[in-house]
Amino acid sequence: MQVVFYISGAIAILATVLMLTRLNAVHALLYLVVSLLAIAIVFYVLGAALAAALEVIIYAGAIMVLFVFVVMLLNLGETAVVEERNLLTVSMWVGPAILSAVLIAEFLYILSEESHANFPAPVEPKQVAAALYAPYLIGVELASMLLLAGVVGAYHPAGAE
Amino acid sequence: MIREGFILASILFALGTAGVLVRRNIMFMLMSIEVMLNAAGLAFIVAGARWSEPDGQILFLFILAMAAAEVSVGLAIVLRFYLQYKLLDADAASKMRG
Repeated sequence: MQVVFYISGAIAILATVLMLTRLNAVHALLYLVVSLLAIAIVFYVLGAALAAALEVIIYAGAIMVLFVFVVMLLNLGETAVVEERNLLTVSMWVGPAILSAVLIAEFLYILSEESHANFPAPVEPKQVAAALYAPYLIGVELASMLLLAGVVGAYHPAGAE
Repeated sequence: MIREGFILASILFALGTAGVLVRRNIMFMLMSIEVMLNAAGLAFIVAGARWSEPDGQILFLFILAMAAAEVSVGLAIVLRFYLQYKLLDADAASKMRG
């Protein structure tokens, strides 16, 4: 498990550095998604299975889709076709693909591993839910109000003239 | 693994800070802020794993909700900014009045 932790951490750092040095926003987003997936594996190794699942579903899924959507909105026009042709060259996607392949190999290794000897003791989702809805209930309410404010705040500046 | 986890979180946070300071494209600045928030969440998860308590994961959930709200507002501002100035240079924001 130690080895899995170190490899995922190295992939997270490498993907973040590559993200920061890209010129094209879509390529940077690919590396950012790889970095988030690597951190999800770090979460799982640390015993936080629920956080790992949410990292993949919400961060790498929903939030990154928002980013991709806005990048595509900004790329409208005839340059978009040239842009798309540039996106499909092998050298652009081979880097994130290799890093993701390493992550998949790690994932399969974790699934095949039966003994979790030197794990930190895992925290079950049940414990998290029990704590979330009893002592932290006010935090849940505040988070829902924050999200409502986010919806209203996003609608206003992006709305029509 | 606890100490290594904190080292990883601080490296990622430093990378995100460097990205915010170095890049002038607003999209990249937003992505770097995502990296920083994620590093903070990683630090919470590591601290929660140290004592096997659920509190670290709960604070990660709150960071997740905050990041979602921040990204939606930030991207709306980016869209508005692009419609107005036709570029994504953060320095152009100094031309805003009011």
